[in-house]
Amino acid sequence: MAGASMKDIKLRVKSVQSTMQITKAMELVASSKLRRAKENAERRRPFFDILHETLTDIAVSNRDFSSPYLVQRPVKKSCYVVIAGDRGLAGGYNTNVFKLAAAHMAGKECAVLPIGKKSVEYFSRHGYELVSQQYASVESLGHNECEDIASVLTEAYRNGEFDELFVVYTNFVSMLTQDPAVMKILPIHDVRSENDSGRKAPLILYEPSCAAVYNAIVPQYVTGILFCAASESLASELGARRTAMDAASKNAGEMIDELNLRYNRARQGAITQEITEIVAGAEQ
Amino acid sequence: MAVFHLQIVTADGLCFDGEAESILVRTIDGDVCILARHIDYVTALGYGEARVTVDGKTRRAACMGGMLAVTGGRVRVVASAFEWREDIDVTRAQNALERAQTALAAAESKDEKGFASAAIKRAQVRLRVAQQ
Repeated sequence: MAGASMKDIKLRVKSVQSTMQITKAMELVASSKLRRAKENAERRRPFFDILHETLTDIAVSNRDFSSPYLVQRPVKKSCYVVIAGDRGLAGGYNTNVFKLAAAHMAGKECAVLPIGKKSVEYFSRHGYELVSQQYASVESLGHNECEDIASVLTEAYRNGEFDELFVVYTNFVSMLTQDPAVMKILPIHDVRSENDSGRKAPLILYEPSCAAVYNAIVPQYVTGILFCAASESLASELGARRTAMDAASKNAGEMIDELNLRYNRARQGAITQEITEIVAGAEQ
Repeated sequence: MAVFHLQIVTADGLCFDGEAESILVRTIDGDVCILARHIDYVTALGYGEARVTVDGKTRRAACMGGMLAVTGGRVRVVASAFEWREDIDVTRAQNALERAQTALAAAESKDEKGFASAAIKRAQVRLRVAQQ
């Protein structure tokens, strides 16, 4: 009987080993891609920050509501752009994004524009209204695609198809930490003006006119925000996958060690038993 | 000359961050030059040449799309594309121009035409800045 269990253990070791090979390979792929994705995300971060800062800065002092992008309409419907991964096996990466998105959407009527294969799958399975399903790859999402998305969304916003636009993405904090976040894109509003409304905001000169400036800037602003959010998300996905795969490889290694120990014990037990049997036979 | 803090960013990174004496850009409404102590100001950028003066020396660049904002004496240019004259790839711009011209000739829908003529404009701006 010891022989059978030895065989079982050997098979387990083999299967764990092949799993470990896969997780190791995935970890290597993720780390090599991560380096580039991280560089991209970091290169774009000043653009992201300055773009957002400038827009909110000028929105604080704005007193002219001639552009539809500045007017806070009563919210009947919201639109969410949810950026998740193309593949699973990235720890809690996808789940965290969806959990945050679902919590934020709770109780609202909303439409979703999913980006990334997992995101498309999740939102179509859960019966959300989808704006478009064609952006199923975060990795190949370039500036042109973001421009297309932005022009579709800004047009829909102008036509009153929805009254708020959010993006749900993952902030790449470090190799080990990634934070999912929700960001409000439209209407352009300012959080600070509600806090210190006593401060008098300076007047801003718009040329040629407030409406013309915002109408020209906002599609580009949305493009920029989406593009940067996508590169942050991609870096986060790879970071999360690397960490998850690293942990999986470590676990597999531990499991193999333990199984080897059990295998050796079983082998030794089998030999001892055999010897006892022979000795017992010789004595008779 | 009085200086102000200028930041120029594109999606490809920070192109300039420091003190400048003046910046001239092409807006959707024509050329504008910003000097120190300008009133708070916002405008959208068109396709054209930009000139930044630092320490009396003027640097030229191709600057396309985006916005320029002056807030509290700080000037921020957030552009779709911003390339210093020395960084412009002339052969690439030349190729892009030819490609866009054939695309425009073959274009049928309004979107395609708009896209191709925007590409032509971008290539022309790059070539003009690089070659003059």
